[in-house]
Amino acid sequence: MSLLDLTAVELAKKIKAGEVTAVEAMEAVIGQIEKTEHDLNCYVTFDKEKALAKAKEADEAVKAGKLTGALAGVPVAIKDNMCTEGVLTTCSSKILGNFVPTFSADAVERLEQAGAVMIGKTNMDEFAMGSTTETSAFGATKNPRNTEHVPGGSSGGSAAAVAANECFFALGSDTGGSIRQPASYCGVVGLKPTYGTVSRYGLIAYGSSLDQIGPLCKDVTDCATIMEVIAGHDVKDSTSIKREEYDFTSALVRDVKGMKIGIPRDYFMEGLDMEVKGAVLAAAKVLEEKGAIVEEFDLSLVEYAIPTYYTIATAEASSNLERFDGVKYGYRTKDFDGLHNMYKKTRSEGFGAEVKRRIMLGSFVLSSGYYDAYYLKALRVKALIKKAFDEAFAKYDIILGPVAPTTAPKLGASLSDPIKMYLGDIYTISANLAGIPGISIPCGKDSTGLPIGLQMLGDCFKEKNLLRAAFTYEQACREM
Amino acid sequence: MAKEYEVVIGLEVHVELATKTKIFCGCSTAFGGAPNTHTCPVCTGMPGSLPVLNKKVVEYAAAVGLATNCTITQNCKFDRKNYFYPDNPQNYQISQLYLPICRDGHVDIKLPDGTEKTIRIHEIHMEEDAGKLVHDDWEDASLVDYNRSGVPLIEIVSEPDMRSAEEVIAYLDKLRMTIQYLGASDCKLQEGSMRADVNLSVRKMGAAEFGTRTETKNLNSFSAIARAIENETARQIDLIEAGEAVIQETRRWDDDKAYSYAMRSKEDAQDYRYFPDPDLVPVNISDEWLDEIRSRQPEFKDEKMARYKEEFGLPDYDISIITDSKKLADIFEAAAAVCNNPKKVSNWIMGETMRLLKEKEMDATEITFSPENLAKLINLVEDKAINGSVAKEVFEHVFSEDIDPDKYIEEHGLKQVNDEGALRATVEKVIADNQQSVEDYRNGKKQAIGYLVGQTMKAMGGKANPGMVNKLLQELLG
Amino acid sequence: MANVISDETIEYVGILAKLELSDDEKEAAKKDMASMLDHFDKLSELDTTGVEPMSHVFHMENVMREDEVTNGDGSEAALANAPERKDTAFVVPKTVD
Repeated sequence: MSLLDLTAVELAKKIKAGEVTAVEAMEAVIGQIEKTEHDLNCYVTFDKEKALAKAKEADEAVKAGKLTGALAGVPVAIKDNMCTEGVLTTCSSKILGNFVPTFSADAVERLEQAGAVMIGKTNMDEFAMGSTTETSAFGATKNPRNTEHVPGGSSGGSAAAVAANECFFALGSDTGGSIRQPASYCGVVGLKPTYGTVSRYGLIAYGSSLDQIGPLCKDVTDCATIMEVIAGHDVKDSTSIKREEYDFTSALVRDVKGMKIGIPRDYFMEGLDMEVKGAVLAAAKVLEEKGAIVEEFDLSLVEYAIPTYYTIATAEASSNLERFDGVKYGYRTKDFDGLHNMYKKTRSEGFGAEVKRRIMLGSFVLSSGYYDAYYLKALRVKALIKKAFDEAFAKYDIILGPVAPTTAPKLGASLSDPIKMYLGDIYTISANLAGIPGISIPCGKDSTGLPIGLQMLGDCFKEKNLLRAAFTYEQACREM
Repeated sequence: MAKEYEVVIGLEVHVELATKTKIFCGCSTAFGGAPNTHTCPVCTGMPGSLPVLNKKVVEYAAAVGLATNCTITQNCKFDRKNYFYPDNPQNYQISQLYLPICRDGHVDIKLPDGTEKTIRIHEIHMEEDAGKLVHDDWEDASLVDYNRSGVPLIEIVSEPDMRSAEEVIAYLDKLRMTIQYLGASDCKLQEGSMRADVNLSVRKMGAAEFGTRTETKNLNSFSAIARAIENETARQIDLIEAGEAVIQETRRWDDDKAYSYAMRSKEDAQDYRYFPDPDLVPVNISDEWLDEIRSRQPEFKDEKMARYKEEFGLPDYDISIITDSKKLADIFEAAAAVCNNPKKVSNWIMGETMRLLKEKEMDATEITFSPENLAKLINLVEDKAINGSVAKEVFEHVFSEDIDPDKYIEEHGLKQVNDEGALRATVEKVIADNQQSVEDYRNGKKQAIGYLVGQTMKAMGGKANPGMVNKLLQELLG
Repeated sequence: MANVISDETIEYVGILAKLELSDDEKEAAKKDMASMLDHFDKLSELDTTGVEPMSHVFHMENVMREDEVTNGDGSEAALANAPERKDTAFVVPKTVD
């Protein structure tokens, strides 16, 4: 068995036991990157020397007994919208093409303190706007399972890097499905935590009320372990929540007896690929066999989630992205005539088409005369959607369904029709609107061999229900 | 102003709060320092940075609201005001539009002729200040300094209740004094810690509708405000008389040239796309918290005036001057408490203190001496340890260096000589040395005694008890 | 109820968002924005009378800090990425007040 086949937790145990060094693990990852990166393009920034030097430091700290955490010495990839001190952070955009932050995101700091070693920064849809990683200013990332297909997005680089063994785990961010959907397309595990669980400090904002950082990893055990490292209250983020507990790994038990799982009929209507449907329902069956109570129900309001989401996300994004103006950091246009021309040229040249499209739309829905009709209306519908979930979670511990209507589309097939692309987010975005956690785990492959993802949603702060069910399913699959 | 027109004025007053740190980060609000030395990722709009509210800002804003009879919005929120300008690092300003912290207040003003009037306050909201732009004429560029970016402000928006520059000045004076009493700001127009934008329109006397208003900015003194109001009133009347329309716009006042000009740009849409800031959570000011803020409110001028009259029996004029500034009132009260002689404290404030403030072109808020030292000085005079002229000399040092008068007179040997033996010997010598004056006195030129007193004081280094010198001279001259 | 986005609207939103679109981009933006707004208009089917707009999913309030200075001289960090600087100030095209 190759070192690369180890999970993050397995690797950390071996490093701790002195069987493997962090440097060896890093060398293995670098070897893999050198082999596959040319085809996949998972990374925007990858600094071999720095990564090896950091791995060496980790080894010394482990040896000295200073690093004892569950991820000590494990190579990690970070999505390029999280600030990393002294390391280029671009959001896969030309406008931040030369931006080197002077501080690190809280989640990144927590990982570093736990001894994880950063390899580099992963490719993404520009400013996390997209679901294919094709809107990156630095070229598309390709799906390691089939390089003619997209890896999903926006955390496509992170998901592909995990799937291709170009890292042992990665961080992604999820505003409307950007962790869960690429996890599904690439056949890895991804979790979007409850809003406020992982600090947003240092995450370059897309939709502030929806953004959450979470793990992309090889299995459910890694997922729970990573969560224990990155989750925590942060006084630098006013929306960070003081949770009663930050224990996730105790949920890693093979037991779903009596757990109530609801399957929303609304998630299995027109547009859902038959193979995806079959795989997801088969997974539900497995959980039922393990003792869960599975029933169908009507979630309601599903078709309103997309317009609600895009109104709120684009409005917030239009404001969040105003700071990219050529004054303080990042790209500034070469020739300009006066201040406003500098602004316009810098932004028009610096942002890609999808980002501009969303900024225009977001500016419009907030503009005078439209605010009530669009933005406020969307916030009201958001309240209704939240209520629908509250009612569902009064009855069920978990809502189970597909992550995306199809498996990974071919490169270039999605961008031509934005509405169609946005409709692909239908099963994931509600979790961001309602602030609830959601996990994506592999549940089979379609006839072309592309992975299919199973999504489970839980009530706020109930990640442990998701981890328990996911762990039980994963173990059951390993037995089969 | 032509008699048939009435001017209608409302004010938007920005006040910088006297917090130690900025509204959303732990950077210092201290003045000065090289550009951008008081900054961090938050107040320079770095990607990934997030704001965290300074509690003191809420308390100051609520305190000003209570002092101006506002209703406090116990559930208030912050909104983003979006506009591009380099002094605004995020290109949105965090402010309050939908749920400002205070609403529906009023203050009573008194005009110089004694007329009283109520000016209503529409709202007070909290927001962050912008950075500073310095124009570099050589480079044809502007330099951006974010040291002021994120300094907390409150904006006090009045109703259009003022009808003259005099009322505007009286209103500003009242706000300034109230806020200074609260310690919420030093309110200095020249330094920009208080800024007033004037919304002004004119209409025919008796008209029911308001005219079209303009907003005039960049007013850095009371006199500039008065001049700008006069100028803008005349400009609008001229337009109306010429049959032209007043355009609703923002104008910038140039006080040197005594003229204003429109700040218009086709790139400014004036559409701020306000929406609730998703990075900040609502502020809930509970009844308990509000009570706590209320209990810390100081005694304001009107209450103080009534009490001083009652308690100390001081003249109205003196009371009014002393209570014009919280600083003076504080000094008065503390010094009076120590020396138990309010009348004398009042005299020192009204006399020497005011004289020195004027001479040194200082504001009462800039006073640095401690009331204890003033009280000590008064006690020294009362105990006849020093005489009046020495006291004035010592006070100058109290005023400028806050010296301890006891130590000072000790070290400088300024103690008054009350020893009759010593005085008698000196007076005898002065009489012997100034026979001409003695003769003049005895010949009926009674004012000649003044010269002899002066000579005695001179001989004793100014420290002689002047009453005793007088008495001795009269006795010895027969 | 299909939305039609005029040239003026695109121009106006461009001023708000500080984006200068090419003619092709403008045409595309008109089309995209109109179809997205048609999609957004679906929300008007729902009766939201009496429903409070929900900005934050969780009921949170009073997240505040004490008024204590925690930061020192941040000028070098602030200017580390500046496209143009002079001493410790950012340089921008001349602003006319």
